[in-house]
Amino acid sequence: MGFTSSNQHLLSKIATSLGHGEDSPYFDGWKAYDKDPFNLTQNPNGVIQMGLAENPLCFDLIQEWIKKNPKASICTAEGVDEFKDIAIFQDYHGLPEFRNAVAKFMGRARGGRVTFDPDRIVMSGGATGANELIAFCLADPGDAFLVPSPYYPAFDRDLRWRTGVQLVPVPCHSSNDFKITKAALETAYEKAQESNIKVKGLIITNPSNPLGTILDRETLRTLVSFINEKNIHLICDEIYAATVFTEPNFVSIAEILSEDIACNRDLIHIVYSLSKDMGLPGFRVGIVYSYNDEVVNCGRKMSSYGLVSTQTQHLIASMLLDEEFTESFITESAKRLATRHGVFTRGLAKVNIDCLNSNAGLFCWMDLRRLLKESTVEAELALWRLIIHEVKLNVSPGSSFHCSEPGWFRVCFANMDEETMEVALQRIHTFVHQKETVVPAKNKKLWRSNLRSLSFSSRRLGLDEVVLMSPHSPIPHSPLLRAKT
Amino acid sequence: MGFSLSDQHQLLSKIANNDGHGENSSYFDGWKAYDSNPFHPIQNPNGVIQMGLAENQLCFDLIQEWIKRNPKASICTAEGVGEFKDIAIFQDYHGLPDFRNAVANFMGRVRGGRVTFDPDRIVMSGGATGAHELISFCLADPGDAFLVPTPYYPGFDRDLRWRTGVQLLPVICESSNDFKITKAALEAAYEKAQEANIKVKGLLITNPSNPLGTTLDRETLKSLVSFINEKSIHLICDEIYAATVFSQPKFISISEIILEEDMECNPNLIHIVYSLSKDMGFPGFRVGIVYSYNDEVVKIARKMSSFGLVSTQTQHLIASMLLDDDFVESFIGESAKRLETRHKVFTWGLSQVGIGCLKSNAGLFVWMDLRRLLKESTVEAEMELWRAIIKDVKLNVSPGSSFHCLEPGWFRVCFANMDDETMEVALRRIRAFVFQGKEVEAPVKNKRWRNNLRLSFSLKFDEGVMTPRMMSPHSPIPHSPLVRART
Repeated sequence: MGFTSSNQHLLSKIATSLGHGEDSPYFDGWKAYDKDPFNLTQNPNGVIQMGLAENPLCFDLIQEWIKKNPKASICTAEGVDEFKDIAIFQDYHGLPEFRNAVAKFMGRARGGRVTFDPDRIVMSGGATGANELIAFCLADPGDAFLVPSPYYPAFDRDLRWRTGVQLVPVPCHSSNDFKITKAALETAYEKAQESNIKVKGLIITNPSNPLGTILDRETLRTLVSFINEKNIHLICDEIYAATVFTEPNFVSIAEILSEDIACNRDLIHIVYSLSKDMGLPGFRVGIVYSYNDEVVNCGRKMSSYGLVSTQTQHLIASMLLDEEFTESFITESAKRLATRHGVFTRGLAKVNIDCLNSNAGLFCWMDLRRLLKESTVEAELALWRLIIHEVKLNVSPGSSFHCSEPGWFRVCFANMDEETMEVALQRIHTFVHQKETVVPAKNKKLWRSNLRSLSFSSRRLGLDEVVLMSPHSPIPHSPLLRAKT
Repeated sequence: MGFSLSDQHQLLSKIANNDGHGENSSYFDGWKAYDSNPFHPIQNPNGVIQMGLAENQLCFDLIQEWIKRNPKASICTAEGVGEFKDIAIFQDYHGLPDFRNAVANFMGRVRGGRVTFDPDRIVMSGGATGAHELISFCLADPGDAFLVPTPYYPGFDRDLRWRTGVQLLPVICESSNDFKITKAALEAAYEKAQEANIKVKGLLITNPSNPLGTTLDRETLKSLVSFINEKSIHLICDEIYAATVFSQPKFISISEIILEEDMECNPNLIHIVYSLSKDMGFPGFRVGIVYSYNDEVVKIARKMSSFGLVSTQTQHLIASMLLDDDFVESFIGESAKRLETRHKVFTWGLSQVGIGCLKSNAGLFVWMDLRRLLKESTVEAEMELWRAIIKDVKLNVSPGSSFHCLEPGWFRVCFANMDDETMEVALRRIRAFVFQGKEVEAPVKNKRWRNNLRLSFSLKFDEGVMTPRMMSPHSPIPHSPLVRART
């Protein structure tokens, strides 16, 4: 037709920017998995996916509940009479029972120590949509949120891409187990001030992704004091709340608010979802819960862009209003996560691989610093490629989480069955043993030099900034393979 | 805590503080009236009848029947629960392949099989609401503008502008030529933008039209394509009412036009917005679709779809349903039939009392002409009449000014969101109102009728209505948010 294929000028700046975060070398891992996905029987030498934080451990419980509760569906013989009313309902307040159910569930996930007001529950397109929505409500283009690092890579897309908002990292260090310190907060805040960047809030993920740790009461109170003093918002992503599988108990920001603490509640907001706690990422159940009436009001109007399907609202409402079920689900899920975590960390410990001590999440924060040629991002990525191509595990390098210390890797342990976990551990053992004649923990030099002599990919990387990939991206398979447009 | 309202405002973004959401308008009177007094045939026979909601409730019997016969379409039935885990865990923004295939298949059938759609160009979004915002983010920068022929769906003001910062510039259409979109009007709007230094990035059309209920003819479509091609701007075609065409002329989709031999057009400029909310009557399921002929747009839109994917539970159900060709074929046929019947009943009932509507062959509403009933040809008079209709006739209809119609006196009235009996009640009320209880034949030219109508107008003025600010009849708030948002 004679039209040039270059249509860059036809698109918006947002469309042609890299704000979606997917143009990064980290796709090597996804590509490798896609090309050669592990299957216990059909492809036992394939790449095992350990970069996806999913929670499929309790689907048996859910399926059992579904069989026993046909009225939860609008498609069963028992439930189809409600089909029309549900299919037609498009009120952005959501089904009242849905809001009640979610509020109840959030309370139970916090051991009943706090209650949530159904009228503050606002829907969104998954936590992805929730984070974007809250950014649109609280910040103007050019404004910034502080975010402790390491952090979930997709925050870069969710909070920044279409909003024009910036993220300013608050670096945390292994020297104190990555705790968020007042000093680090103040430094980050001042740095922003000096650059004339207006800080509108602080966003924390608690329990943490990728660390798998929870914030202690003292830290939480420090954060609240900090934001209150600066009069900036506190956004708490509590998406992993029910994945806490061992002591210490989870302390939600909601509990801090109920304590004797001076705080403008208009500054406090919670982001939630059922993607991790219940293992239902496909259902896109995102929640914004704000203590600020204006934000609830505005957020509700914005929720029009990403409401939860009423078919799903209806199902979730039934399920989560069943208190016996939710009680036993939360408990059993925690048990199974604890078991899985134990098996994995012990397996790693056998070959002297440490993880950050954690009590939550669907992953471990694995310490491979000693295996790096040098303490650089390049060395970390080189090791990472080795792990993908030779150990055949897709894990996530710390740099993709903006970790300031090279050598950490996030490894997911819940998104596979036990046999696959065994295979993964076997491969790790084999890999480590292969490269050493003796395996004493202190024989660092020999072990390290053996690893060095292996085939590191020596491809240099043009890594100016640690551009993210999104391990949580809804693209378990490389988009480069699928987008055949 | 001692914080003032202005402190509050400072805490929030500019977007949060502006009224780009479009809900601060007096049009909520209608919603409020309905909410506080909703009609019910038995429990509240004197309540307000909702005729401001463009919903398609006519074919749920067919759907429910299909559901009963196809338990595997659900992941919650005994037959389907085996798939629950795989579906619940699937979060790939490409969507279930079956879903994309099914939607592409359905879109083709709705167009009588005259075109086919490529499943790989199907991108999901949070309803058509999300689709419009998404395409706006892809094609325009803040401050850029889209041209949009008036009258148009009020929700566009929010969907295309609110969080994107994009502007909408009206292309005026008039009743003198049945609201056709003329080249002159397009050029005038385009030049006006140029003079104001506003960069026009595209033209947005709704075909079939909301609120007119008409379809664009081949000539107009071709002239639109020439126009945007010449200016190298985008053409966004909202075809959300495609399957609601119930009589001649047949629907012509933009997808057909660009295939034509003599049609020179850069396909990179052509995009379709679609949804199952109107054609199938599933607004609650939030099935929005962006279909673009521009590969880059598909790629980027797909990444953006993360903010509003369709629940896989729903994708799975829709996939099964729309891959059933027999069902789809008969549904489309039967739905059109029932819409036609309903449309006939309603327009005939109106004509009996001398009320005319724009001749239409599609949509879930009629564009009712009450210009002769206005005290004067002004927006204020239209609002006054509207309040009378709500208060005295007890019907919630949508005033033309909320659709940015430049000629006062037109009203959009929905006819597919109620059962036959309620429709009858609505017509009876209109009759009663017009005749003031007297059973007199009212020939169209009877001035006395006009005087009678003028008498029973509520004289309640609300001078707060200066600008034809929109309400969103299609807003996902069938009940007034002012009643519900008790935060």
